[in-house]
Formats: sequence, structure tokens, C-alpha cells
Amino acid sequence: MEMIKLTIDNKVVEIEKGTTVLKAARKIGIEIPTLCYFELKGMNIENKPGGCRICVVEIAGRKNLAPACATEVMEGMVVNTHNIRVLNARRTVLELMLSDHPTDCLVCAKAGNCELQSMAQQLGVREIPYQGEQSTYRKDTSPSIIRDVDKCIMCRRCEMMCNDIQTVGALSAVNRGFTSVVAPAFEMNLEKSPCTYCGQCVSVCPTGALTEVDHTRNIINALADPTKTVVVQTAPAVRVALGEEFGMEPGQIVTGKMAAALRQLGFKYVFDTDFAADLTIMEEGTELLGRLSKHLAGDTTVKLPILTSCCPGWVNFFEHNFPDMLDIPSTAKSPQQMFGAIAKSYFADKIGVDRKNMVVVSIMPCLAKKYECQRDEFKVDGNPDVDFSLSTRELAHLIKQSNIDFNTLEDEDFDHPLGESTGASVIFGATGGVIEAACRTAYEVFTGKKLAKVDFTELRGLENIRQATIDFDGLPVNIGIAHGLGSARKLLEEVRAGKSKFHAIEIMACPGGCIGGGGQPYHHGDIEILKKRSAAIYQEDAGKPIRKSHENPDIKKLYEEFLGTPCGEKSHHLLHTHYFDKSEEVIIND
Amino acid sequence: MVSIKLSETKINQIKDICKSFNNEKGELINVLHKTQSTLGYLPAEVQEVVARELNTSTAHVYGVVTFYSFFTMTPKGEFPISICLGTACYVRGAEKVLDEFKRELKITVGETTADGKFSLSCLRCVGACGLAPVVMVGDKVYGRVAPDGIKDILKDYK
Repeated sequence: MEMIKLTIDNKVVEIEKGTTVLKAARKIGIEIPTLCYFELKGMNIENKPGGCRICVVEIAGRKNLAPACATEVMEGMVVNTHNIRVLNARRTVLELMLSDHPTDCLVCAKAGNCELQSMAQQLGVREIPYQGEQSTYRKDTSPSIIRDVDKCIMCRRCEMMCNDIQTVGALSAVNRGFTSVVAPAFEMNLEKSPCTYCGQCVSVCPTGALTEVDHTRNIINALADPTKTVVVQTAPAVRVALGEEFGMEPGQIVTGKMAAALRQLGFKYVFDTDFAADLTIMEEGTELLGRLSKHLAGDTTVKLPILTSCCPGWVNFFEHNFPDMLDIPSTAKSPQQMFGAIAKSYFADKIGVDRKNMVVVSIMPCLAKKYECQRDEFKVDGNPDVDFSLSTRELAHLIKQSNIDFNTLEDEDFDHPLGESTGASVIFGATGGVIEAACRTAYEVFTGKKLAKVDFTELRGLENIRQATIDFDGLPVNIGIAHGLGSARKLLEEVRAGKSKFHAIEIMACPGGCIGGGGQPYHHGDIEILKKRSAAIYQEDAGKPIRKSHENPDIKKLYEEFLGTPCGEKSHHLLHTHYFDKSEEVIIND
Repeated sequence: MVSIKLSETKINQIKDICKSFNNEKGELINVLHKTQSTLGYLPAEVQEVVARELNTSTAHVYGVVTFYSFFTMTPKGEFPISICLGTACYVRGAEKVLDEFKRELKITVGETTADGKFSLSCLRCVGACGLAPVVMVGDKVYGRVAPDGIKDILKDYK
């Protein structure tokens, strides 16, 4: 590879041809500030529209300052990143940006996590010298995401995520000049757009323009209501990320502290979505084996591959984009909804509480879960199986509000019976985890043999699309994995064209799976954080005494006492769902 | 399922236009040009069909339509009126002419009268600076237009 030698701030750096000045500077520890530039290294996620102009630098011999993120390195280039001309220009750019930005930082949902706020601090801006017209748009609130585009700085990160990575196409820059804004088609509400609520736009937004719908007040009210029995469930990916909100290293496992905090907050029963994840494996695994056996017996009507259906962002995506294939995904509900259905039937009966007096709260790494729990098919007489879904970030706020010193909490366990879980359910939090958990159970049920090795490391990793063939005692089972909806689309188009060789495909909407979910603590583009969360997921799995869903004793008991058999009549009623065509249809109207 | 209401003839016209550009995403601007010249304007339904035919998002199509002032989402009137605001016309009082049209038709730039007869738009230079200020109604050019001459122009079309 051809190398280029250049000088940045009097330091010589040698770097591959084609690199930008910004990356060359980073290589020698010079962090040129940026707002629009965004990268998740190793996941092919990069945003460099060269739009914000914060990263301008002086290049000797050039008349104008150049944006470091969009300027390629050249042999002998001499760059200055912080002389007076650069500093003044950078400050002016920021001051102009701030002149059209609300200054309600005290009460902004993004305060403390806002990159624009940090930039103003970093550049020492103490006043906004420019005053003029301010853009004003209406706020748009959907079931999961709030758009407050007055706070948009047109960095286009959300647009990149929504279009290039997720291929959802809900957002685009519209209008021109001062009135330009990122919005859905015809500036309609997000709710009317093809938005899947994956929340990846929220997770990359540098300001408070895109945030989650906050339900913490609802929880405080429910906990204060003596007539309500409030039950909480926590998703696998939350326990490896929540610690970050309290200053811990990414990848710290805080399962015990989280259970303790939830109990201190006043939740009557502290349960685990992992229990429901084990239940999902029982149902989805049985469905997979059922379809596979029929296929092997020569039944040509059976649909393969089977697609996982745990991820509500993904469910929204295929309802919008693949309405012709609604019979391919597993009919199993997501763990969140399975938990709600069991909590408000089996468990409510057990403790003698009417479902109307039970409030089920879920703690999720996800924003699409907020929408999912409001879907009509997950309600009984208008009463939802899951009442509220909080993000990891919202739980952290709730803990902080209640004066709980999270870091010094003694570890506590989940309650029984809906708190018992296996290693298989923990790995639901990382891409490839659901299908690995399914393989652990499906292999043993199908072959009648014990697995020699529980870990299917061939299914792990962060490549966008992965495949592996698992040997089911002589029967090769082809597994596909995609994370990120753009990757999912590629696999789905193969299926549609009849070219897919897979028997089962796992899909997660968010890059990295739930560890990179739209409701997780902000990673600000640091891929190492995602890697550490992922490693922690597998570490938690390895440390579990039971690592296969079908060996979970409380799951066995649930089937014995209540459900009967997996995919049986009761399961079908409580734990399975159906999908809807949400595509747009052109109706001829002469 | 969300429905789009559009006549079959129009849908086929749009489909044919997209096809003539090989249904390529990169041809979006050309497709929109042709569609607008065929249908007169680009309402939401039309953009939905274009997006589908070119396999791109409606948000993207809408982004392009709203970026270029040439594209319009409101139907032009039977007699589209364009007022030149180029330098020569401007210094010779085009703005006053424009204001008079606005007052007379009770619409602003980019709008169409309720009866669908007239629409108002601005343009930059038709190459007849010697006749400034210039107004076009359809393809007909009117030169040296004064605010008090507007009623006479409109009379021709009533």
C-alpha cells in the first residue's frame, strides 16, 4: 500500500494513501473536533458529509481552510489544526450554529450527553454574538421517538443510519437553505412513515433533536399507587451496559446491582426477560424443528428458512417491506411480550391479582419495544400485556432520581419463578445469540444426544452478514445471521428470489444486536464499547450453571403446570402472534 | 395497508416515464422533470409512485422535489403567470408589478387561484431585458408592464 508522509501541527505522520487529514491526525493523538463526522469502525458505518465545518484546518499553500474529515492526505502536506485563523473560524462556525439553536439546555433530554453542548464547552463559547431568525418546527411524537427538529444541526447522521445502514428510508433532508430540515416524506409524522422505531437515528444524533419517548413519570406514578402490583422484567443487553451510566467501564456486568436497584425503587417482583427468552427458544426451537422435519419428509408446502421474530424493529421492517413473506418469520412473540402474557395469566393467577391491577414494566435496550408493547394484538380487553417499556437510559435516570448509590449496591438475585434463566437466554443480547441458543436446544431435542460443546463460536462476531453450517448429527443445518436492517434486506431479497440456502436466519435490527440498541447508553461512535458489551454477554453466559433453555427448571415447571407442550394450544394462544401488511398500496381511482 | 389514490392512466404514464430512464435511481431528477411536464405538477401520490418505480424512498424523492424550486407540488393554473425578477426587470419596478398581481389575484407566489385559472411564479430573465419589466402568461410575453396595466392583461384571459 502506498504511504503518504505529511506534517500535522509540526509532527510527521505516515499513513496510507486515501486517508483523510482527520484520521491521520487521530493516528498521532490529535483529536480534531467534529460534529457531523461519525464512524463505527469495523461495521462499515461512516458519515462524512463535510457539512458542519467544525473540523476546518489550515493547509499550507491553500487559500481556504479545509474540512479535515473530507480532505485527503497528500505527500508533503503541512497542516495546522489550531492556529489563530483556524480557532477563530471554528468558533465562528459554532457560534452561528448556536444562534439558530434553542438554549433550553437545562431541561433538554440530551443535556449531559449532547455533543453540541460539549463542543461549546470545549471551544469555550460563553456568549452567542449573533442574533437573528430561528427555525421553528412542530414537535413530532411517535410511540417510541420524539423529533424536535429545532435542535437539528443538519449533521445528517440520522439520515445516513436510516437510509444507508438500515435502508428504512423514513428520513431525508428536505427543503433548502434556512428552512432545510431532516424529515419523513411530505413532512408527515414519523408514525405515518415507514419508520421501524429501531432508534438508530436516536443513538447517533449529536443533539436533542431525536430522543426517546420518556415513560419514567408513568413508572413513578404506578409505583406510588397502592392498588397496583408492579412487576419488572429486564432484557439481557441491559445488564452489560447500565453500569456505563454510573461511570463504570463498558462491559461491566451489573446484573446483581440492577436487581437490587429495582427492588429499592419499589418493584414488587423483580423478574428477568431472560426467563421469557428461554421460553422463546422452547417455542421458536419447536417451530424450527417442526418445519425442518416436514421439509425433510418431503413436504413442499413448508416455508424455509424460518426467521427469528424477537426483534420488534425487524418485525416492523418486514411488515413494511416484505408483506408478501409474512408467513416466513417464526410466529413466536418476542421475549418481552411472552413475559407479559405469562405474567398477566400464569403469574397473576398464582398470586391472586387481577391483570387490571398488575403493571408490567420492561427494561429494554430498545426503543421499538415501546411501540411493540402498545400493539393492539398484545392487549386483552384493552389492557396491555406489557404496560410500559423503559430504555436502559431511562432506568438509569430513575435510579439517579431515587438517590440510589448504584455503584455500592450489594448484588441481589431475581425473584422466582419468572427470574430463573440460563446462559442461552443471556446471549439474546448479542448478534447471533438467539440462533446459538436455538441451536443448543434444537440439537439436543432433534438428535436426542447431549452436546459435547455448548459454545457455537462460529455463530459469533460482528461482521454484518455471517453464515455457518451446524452439524445436527449428520444433518447439515445452514444458519444465516444479519444485524442491521440493510444486511437483513440483502438476505431477505435472496429468500424472495428463491436463492436462499438457509434453514434458519437470525435478524436483529441494530448493528451489534441488542447491545447496540437504540435505548442503550450513548456510545458516541466508540466501537470498543460495543465490543466490550458483547464480550460481557458471552462472559455472563459462560458463568451460568445452566446454559440450555430446555434445562431451565422453572420453564419445565411452567409447561408442566400451565402450558402443556411447546407450540401446544395454550402456547399458541398466549405465546404466538401474527403479522400485518403495512406496505403502501397504489389504489386505482379513475 | 396505506392506500394511494391515483388514476390508472396517470400511474401508467409515470411508470412509462420511469421505464424510459431504465428505472434507475440516479435518474430521479430527469424522471421528475418529465413527470412534471406531463402531469403539470408533482403531488404526493405521484412521488409515491416514482419512489416505488425507482426503488428508492419517498422521503428521498420528497427531499429532491423540495430542494429544487423548479419542482412544484401544487397544480399550475390554466394560465400560469411568471414575473421576471432578473436584475433589469427588478430595477425597473418588477416587484411592484408582482405585488399588484398578488393583490389582484389574492394569491401569493407558488399558489393557484381557487378557480384554477391563474397561478403565480417568479423567474430570472427571459432574455428580453430591453422590454423590462417582463411578464409571461403561458408562452406569451408582455413587455414594459406597469402595475396599472395588470387588469388589462388579465382581461385577455377572463
